[in-house]
Amino acid sequence: MLYREAGDFKTGYRADGQTFPIRLDRWGYYILLAVAVLVVPFLINDYWANAVFVPFLIYAIAALGLNILTGYAGQVSLGTGGFMAVGAYAVYKLMTAFPDISIVIHILLAGGITAIVGMLFGLPSLRIKGFYLAVATLAAQFFLVWLFNKVPWFYNYSASGQITAPTRTVLGHAVTGPATSAPAKYLICLAFVLVLAWVARNLTRGTSGRKWMAIRDMDIAAEIIGVNPLTAKLSAFAASSFFVGIAGALLFSVYLGAAEVGEAFGINKSFLVLFMIIIGGLGSIFGSFAGAAFMVLLPVLLKNLLVGQLGWPTDLAAHIELMIVGALIVLFLIVEPHGLARLWALTKEKLRLWPFPH
Amino acid sequence: MIDQLIFSAEVFLNGLMTGVMYALVALGFVLIYKASGVFNYAQGVMALFAALTLVGIQQGQVPFVHLINAIFGTHVENFGWNVPSVLAIILTAGVMVLLAILIEKLVLQHLVGQEPIILFMATIGLAYFLEGFGDVMWGADIKTLDVGLPQGISDTVEAVTAEWVGYGFFIDRLDIWASIIAAILVAALVAFSQYTKQGRAMRAVADDHQAALSVGISLRFIWVMVWSIAGFVALVAGIMWGTKSGVQFSLSLIALKALPVLMLGGFTSIPGAIVGGLIIGVGEKLFEFWIGPLVGGATENWFAYVLALLFLVFRPQGLFGERIIERV
Amino acid sequence: MNVHASDGYTTADGRQIGPVVMDLKNITLRFGGVEAIKNISFDIRQGEIRAIIGPNGAGKSSMLNVISGFYVPQEGEVWFKGYRRGPMKPYEVARLGIARTFQNIALFDGMSVLDNIMTGRLNRMKSGFLSQAIWWGAAEREEIENRAQVEKIIDFLEIQNIRKTPVGRLPYGLKKRVELARALAAEPQLLLLDEPMAGMNVEEKEDMSRFILDVNDEFGTTIALIEHDMGVVMDLSDRVVVMDYGRKIGDGTPDEVRSNQEVIDAYLGVAHD
Repeated sequence: MLYREAGDFKTGYRADGQTFPIRLDRWGYYILLAVAVLVVPFLINDYWANAVFVPFLIYAIAALGLNILTGYAGQVSLGTGGFMAVGAYAVYKLMTAFPDISIVIHILLAGGITAIVGMLFGLPSLRIKGFYLAVATLAAQFFLVWLFNKVPWFYNYSASGQITAPTRTVLGHAVTGPATSAPAKYLICLAFVLVLAWVARNLTRGTSGRKWMAIRDMDIAAEIIGVNPLTAKLSAFAASSFFVGIAGALLFSVYLGAAEVGEAFGINKSFLVLFMIIIGGLGSIFGSFAGAAFMVLLPVLLKNLLVGQLGWPTDLAAHIELMIVGALIVLFLIVEPHGLARLWALTKEKLRLWPFPH
Repeated sequence: MIDQLIFSAEVFLNGLMTGVMYALVALGFVLIYKASGVFNYAQGVMALFAALTLVGIQQGQVPFVHLINAIFGTHVENFGWNVPSVLAIILTAGVMVLLAILIEKLVLQHLVGQEPIILFMATIGLAYFLEGFGDVMWGADIKTLDVGLPQGISDTVEAVTAEWVGYGFFIDRLDIWASIIAAILVAALVAFSQYTKQGRAMRAVADDHQAALSVGISLRFIWVMVWSIAGFVALVAGIMWGTKSGVQFSLSLIALKALPVLMLGGFTSIPGAIVGGLIIGVGEKLFEFWIGPLVGGATENWFAYVLALLFLVFRPQGLFGERIIERV
Repeated sequence: MNVHASDGYTTADGRQIGPVVMDLKNITLRFGGVEAIKNISFDIRQGEIRAIIGPNGAGKSSMLNVISGFYVPQEGEVWFKGYRRGPMKPYEVARLGIARTFQNIALFDGMSVLDNIMTGRLNRMKSGFLSQAIWWGAAEREEIENRAQVEKIIDFLEIQNIRKTPVGRLPYGLKKRVELARALAAEPQLLLLDEPMAGMNVEEKEDMSRFILDVNDEFGTTIALIEHDMGVVMDLSDRVVVMDYGRKIGDGTPDEVRSNQEVIDAYLGVAHD
């Protein structure tokens, strides 16, 4: 009886359409937000930032992006790693070419550039569907990685072929480069996450979201009721790639600091983000966060357990991690194709009636 | 100029041989797709797993040796015997059948009637699991595989071509044998599906699950059978690729190369898989030979995908796939 | 009553039927070597309920698909509101004011009833991508305006209680009604219904018939429908086209069609020579 919606009346369509229609949810969200902004930055240290919080926030952005494309618009992409690489290399070129301009603008521009590249590789989606398209997006993955590897202009002709992020500041605090503090890394990523999650929510609840979902659920019917598949699909590719590009830019500049394209943005990255949205929940904003948290925490926990506690060799632990991840994917698809988000929703439905069974 | 042409011809031949290998992996995909509508991303990992198992059995490795040592603190290494190649291959085939039964029981059965894309993602999960499982079972170090297939440059081809065109072609004997074995395998599969009762049942299931069920065909038996055959095809592919370049993780990546082959050939066509494999094999070798040096090389990484992508934009159903008529 | 007059007529129950709004001239549609529609012409007038009937495989659904722009006929002309329609994409046809329902329900199963009906108004929502992204100005305003319109249709079709239910969970009869709601939300000038009552029980058929009549009466929407239930067709429609083997074998008021010898033969199964 603690969690309920009785007596929570709406008197306008604006109130009825809000993100958290149930009052208790709204309060929970505000408290979470307050902790994330006001408490965590003062407690965070390098280990927690690098092992958990920063990768979680960055992958949450990537998962939001892929979820727009796959979960909402129904177009499966295996090119996420390649698109993240576009974001990373775009931000690198911008940072080094225009050092006086704010890094925030560079990161946003990197997202924009990735959106354009994403639309380009999204063009075939107009002719091909389903896993044909999934395989076609592999072309983006392999071609882009090859491109950044082979064309020296992209890595400023550095001898190692790596890109390294120079130090840049926001409001006087370094957010990239070796001198960055843990709270600064965390806060810059958190800022992007909060804004982008809000944007993702807005896009998916309105006109664009409905067009995407219509295409996903039944593309022919969608076209007959007046959805232009060209603009619907390309806008999904653009929005998705914008998010993924920003994630790639942050991953390189804030988190990794230095990157080699094949290693940092290979096909495994594409699968990692895909797994996040499957486990978290396709077509759910909350699911993108849940999936990112799950896939970031799982290796940390396993490593602590198997290597730290039991003293097993690290390679064995890594192989067992592969098995667990693979088995979990299959399990989720069998038991709950809508992922953690649906489990959460079911729990809340149960809570509404608690402690009475019916 | 004439030199260039001769070199190209050699590259062409080598491309054909590589193409046969691609076709072999693609064949496993087509079989499973036709019979169960599942696009099995794990096919490449199945080849890796088969090769790992074969080497493990041959060399008398103890399965899960690292895990056992880690848990019990023992230092077991191996049984200390060697199993003859033929017996090892038969045992490995048995393991692949067992794997097929387990996959049917634990995965497919629970996903009947799901959308194809969900099944596809499930096989990605399966691929991850199997890769980890193979590594835990047999260790992740690079292994050499030798089941007695001839290797090295073929002297006959070199001598004959030297006499005829004045330049000796370098062609690996393993590639020639691989082509012959692949041809036999394809012929056997076609004969199986055309002339045996099980083959007919398999085609019936491919055509319409419901209708096949209603005339008394056991769907589960057919699925286990098809996955077993695919496992056997994976074993053959694993032997070829493993012998050629060692048993290691990259072996599972040939599955990724088989995907554009399928897109070219169409997911449902056995001849398509073969022709598609040859086109990709030849295409990527020639492209690397002519264009590669101009753009920095290693174009084989992406050529197949981009070719398939461009091709599909103009012919979405592939070379041999059936034309899709959309209805409402 | 003169149903063949050029500028409209008045029905027995006093409804005013206007001039021709959709005119199909000598339509032929082929799939490979098969002629699904053979040289058919007929028209649909403003405000009337026009039925297309015929045995299975007569080409009725193909005809509807030609009208809705999903199939482009090899020969013949489609005139809508006095203009000849060139080859168009289906979504362009939808924007001209033609909405439809489907024989096998084509709702968006992953979305709620409300969202499904809102998709019917997509063509009226013009806010930019940026405005949608920040949910400010045009995006929020038009969302609320269109929501109000949709709520009227929800009231009209009496589906208030299932507004937020995912469509996938609804029973068949309600799905049909939601599909009608989605088509109505577009405020179409021509509404195409492909077997709106297929698979329904008597009670559901009565409800659906009432809704169709109400739509025609209250909104003045022109309706073209395919239906197998002859009783329903004869009661509802102003004029009927009868098709058989891709040809038109009858066209006129229900009474005229009922007494047409060729139509009787087609339905009773006289051998074709």
